[in-house]
Amino acid sequence: MPNKDVELVSLTKRFGASTAVNAIDLQIAEASYCCLLGPSGCGKSTTLRMIAGHEDASSGDILVQGRQVTHQPPSQRGTAMMFQSYALFPHLDARDNVAFSLRMRGIGKAERNRKAQELLELVEMQDYLSRRPHELSGGQQQRVALARALVNEPSVLLLDEPLSALDPFLRIRMREELKRFQRDLGITFIHVTHSQDEALALGDQVVVMQSGEIRQSGTAREVFETPANEFVARFIGGHNILVSDRGPVSVRADHLRLAPGAAPVPAEARALTGTVGAVEYQGSRVRVTVAEDAADRRHVAELEDRAFFAAPYALGAQVQLSWMPADEHPLAAAGG
Amino acid sequence: MIRHSPLSRALQILMGLFLLFLYGPTITILILSFQGPQGGLTFPLKDASLHWFASLFEVQRVGDFGGSLKRSLILAVLVMFVNVLIAVPAGMALRKGFRGARTLFWLTIASLIVPSILVSLGIGLLFSQTGLGTSWYTSAFGAHLTWTLPFGVLIMIGVFARLNPAYEEAAVDAGATRWQTFRHVTFPIILPNVVGVMLFGFSLSYDEMPRTVLAGGAYNTLPLEIYAMTNNVTTPVLYALGSLTTLVSFAVIATALVLMSIARRRTGGGAALSKPSEET
Repeated sequence: MPNKDVELVSLTKRFGASTAVNAIDLQIAEASYCCLLGPSGCGKSTTLRMIAGHEDASSGDILVQGRQVTHQPPSQRGTAMMFQSYALFPHLDARDNVAFSLRMRGIGKAERNRKAQELLELVEMQDYLSRRPHELSGGQQQRVALARALVNEPSVLLLDEPLSALDPFLRIRMREELKRFQRDLGITFIHVTHSQDEALALGDQVVVMQSGEIRQSGTAREVFETPANEFVARFIGGHNILVSDRGPVSVRADHLRLAPGAAPVPAEARALTGTVGAVEYQGSRVRVTVAEDAADRRHVAELEDRAFFAAPYALGAQVQLSWMPADEHPLAAAGG
Repeated sequence: MIRHSPLSRALQILMGLFLLFLYGPTITILILSFQGPQGGLTFPLKDASLHWFASLFEVQRVGDFGGSLKRSLILAVLVMFVNVLIAVPAGMALRKGFRGARTLFWLTIASLIVPSILVSLGIGLLFSQTGLGTSWYTSAFGAHLTWTLPFGVLIMIGVFARLNPAYEEAAVDAGATRWQTFRHVTFPIILPNVVGVMLFGFSLSYDEMPRTVLAGGAYNTLPLEIYAMTNNVTTPVLYALGSLTTLVSFAVIATALVLMSIARRRTGGGAALSKPSEET
């Protein structure tokens, strides 16, 4: 990686006896969108807060654009944070929220208002200058929060679950906006989320964390198509963990084929038999859950809706699940 | 239309009776304070008049009403400010946590349980034995703080527990110093509650009696003066006094509520004081 905006070296955070982040190493390329993905308590927010400087690192180093910032105060790091639920100052209007940092630095009113207005224009909020946060919708609040975070021209923007406060429709719209801003501004975004969809949709780099450690880091497609271990395969979703003669493998749900119990399968395919345990219609796809006969395991096959309805399977039907060896992806044993 | 169960009906009646019990005597006193010059301490009302209000201000007839009112108001205002000046930083310190914070917290709570007359006796003795002498603005002032501070600190603990730390982090992120963060972010957000603590401090001090009895010194505060008068004044002037002091209390509460609602409107209906879900 030639130019790195952020580099974490053996970064560790301990809270008393428990270790929230355990000696992680991570490099984030210049001007990229990086998603830290993982379940609750995996250490992703703690990692973000350490980069921001709102949490002291127990050990290890944080470098922003090659500069050691591990012990710098938050405002000296070249980072800015957009908080979960935005934390806009409730007693200040949109303009004063954006201008807050300039006011703290003693910049004159005319100058800071001009700058705040400029940023609010950038996020298309110029018509809401004198609205207080509670008079703005969730999406509008997010834009003001973005403008506030950008006022000091950070080289790295840190976003803590930025979309979790929004309803599902708005979430997808604001997601597109975040990506667009990142591209237009040409700075690095580090975005913490527990949503696989969000990470895959946004991330140039997706970092999957569990129990304070990085389980996999790579492009969105690398992580989805070649999960490093069972945990990543399960967490990223859309995968089945199957056993083949190569050991544990993952096979994407849309690569599994379903056939009635007695039907022949291609010679090179691997197969198992089971019973249909659940059928979920999801619009363009149908999710069929199959309980394996030989073991207490459930697998999910995702079928195209037309294919499913051409020959639907009823609950309790005996079926055969098959897949091609070429679709198998071997998994490392670690994870859990 | 919600159908009320017999139990809820009974509870409504009980509530009504309670309110009557609470405000009935006050309302009776209010009515009787307009007793005519010839009237007595009880009904019937003989001609409505403002006679007794007028005689309130004739010092020799009813004791030192003006002086004790002035002392009580000054004391209550002093207590109000000192109380809030201690309670806010104490709330912040307890939120942050320090060695012995729990002990201090429980000691604070425990001080509410100590019988007030003992507090008064102790403080009174301390001041007279050390030769400082008791007076309404020294020993009684301290005694009042022992009463108002636990409330003030408890309220502020609750306020800070609900204050999302992200606001302060956002300020620090923007380069604000600790003082700037408090001055421009924390304080404006907690302002409605600070006004509430001030109201509490004022009203607890204004009508405090048991802690003042033995620590008040030579000059009476208003509650002590009124108590003394109930023993030797036998005219409706007592009722006029009651009505007037109740009016002062209501005026203070109304002012505080107006200030709080102004402060709250500025921060969007107190929505700021709610913690989002925890996330690591």
